[in-house]
Amino acid sequence: MTARYSIFSLVRNALSYHENWPEAWRSPEPKASYDVVIVGGGGHGLATAYYLAKEHKITNVAVLERGWLGGGNTGRNTTIVRSNYLWDESAALYEHALKLWETMSQDLNYNVMFSQRGVMNLAHNQHDLRELSRRVNANRLNGVDSELLDARQVKEFCPIIDLRANGRYPVLGATLQRRGGTARHDAVAWGYARAADALGVDIIQECPVTGFRISNGRVQAVETAKGTIEAKKVALCVAGHTSVLAELAGFRLPVHSVPLQALVSEPVKPILDCVVMSNAIHAYVSQSDKGELVIGAGTDKFIGYGQRGSLPVTEETLAAVCELFPMFRRMRMMRQWGGIVDTCPDASPIISKTPVEGLYINGGWGTGGFKSTPGSGWVYAHTIAEDRPHPLNEAFDMNRFVTGYLIDEHGAAAVAH
Amino acid sequence: MLLIPCPYCGERDETEFSYGGEAHIERPKDPEKLSDAEWADYVFMRPNSKGILLERWVHSHGCRRWFNLARDTVTYKIHAVYRMGEKPPRVPKTDYV
Repeated sequence: MTARYSIFSLVRNALSYHENWPEAWRSPEPKASYDVVIVGGGGHGLATAYYLAKEHKITNVAVLERGWLGGGNTGRNTTIVRSNYLWDESAALYEHALKLWETMSQDLNYNVMFSQRGVMNLAHNQHDLRELSRRVNANRLNGVDSELLDARQVKEFCPIIDLRANGRYPVLGATLQRRGGTARHDAVAWGYARAADALGVDIIQECPVTGFRISNGRVQAVETAKGTIEAKKVALCVAGHTSVLAELAGFRLPVHSVPLQALVSEPVKPILDCVVMSNAIHAYVSQSDKGELVIGAGTDKFIGYGQRGSLPVTEETLAAVCELFPMFRRMRMMRQWGGIVDTCPDASPIISKTPVEGLYINGGWGTGGFKSTPGSGWVYAHTIAEDRPHPLNEAFDMNRFVTGYLIDEHGAAAVAH
Repeated sequence: MLLIPCPYCGERDETEFSYGGEAHIERPKDPEKLSDAEWADYVFMRPNSKGILLERWVHSHGCRRWFNLARDTVTYKIHAVYRMGEKPPRVPKTDYV
């Protein structure tokens, strides 16, 4: 059992100059076989492993990660957490995730710095306003906290926003989810890794999966850089590379992988204490605890696996941010990067069984995977353990593209797909 | 940033173009006979290739004509450009995991 983190362990370790902290998780060599092998050591995969062990008592589990933990989209997102989705199915799933966020730090004994600072979505024209008020009403019917603000209330909530009438992007109002906010994204991966490891899960890094052994329609093993690992069940959780692995397993998916871009500025004194998002102009901004502005931009319009993002996308977003917040005009940007997101035609995820027995898929989160990390892991663990979906993810079956029961969340997804 | 060689106008900046997705998807010849699964395959399922992808582009802010690219989706190198109706050129296969 891993030593508990507390004020006492902090003081005790301070006495030895913080040189004797135990490692947060082991790095074992893979065993020959496991009950469940999870492919992908990001937040979703690690959360799945944790809930498999905690809720379903399945501890003979390995998480295989191609690179390092949280080095993919878990470490590349803009850390925004909210649950104000339009349709009943999505609201239930994301709200379940938000409730898990609220107790995550205590549950994992790891401070994920979840800060419910409030998330605003701006309306720039009458149509935006109607769409957003529709969403507020839908949210409230589903028990998701949501408010509609007028322009004056927007200014009160976020005083540095420019609301002069001659702005390029006039702000007519906004939605506000006060329980939304941000979390430290690396800590989410590390916290889940440490907690899962303590329950007996093997976390194996630098171990890319190169193929599957499938016989009689059932998955038998995964081929990896560290040899063949037999598995009763295999769970894919690899975001942008979902369709690459699906192809190895022999089925097709309706996803497009595109780079989604983000950037951070130089650190400054506290200036922005909420999250401001605008669907219409593809910009979302918050300030990290280090003081950097964390800015999310749009996706490239073409399929790409290069984790960079195109310059015109950066320019468009920064131009919009400078319009909304003229005081940011002279700030310098420090880093820019891209993460490969797998977008579905209806902007909703797939958490589902597959045509291959014993092989499960969790992907298609598109631009909104981070906020759902705990909920995604929770329902996915249930799907794997019971071999059937939980009521919360029944509607997110991959068969919906055949039945036509799509869950169109393009409006709530914040980034155009 | 891509520099896209329009077969009619020459190399232009990516911002002049719009994307048309995967090329050479043929509309079913006998749509009345298709099952729901076959429709889903035609409408939604895509290879989403990591490596060489044959894709359609349109020069929206230029000649407004459609054409095809063979582009590597990892390096973004454009291996070939060819007009609508032409056969895709042979391009060396890439192998990424």
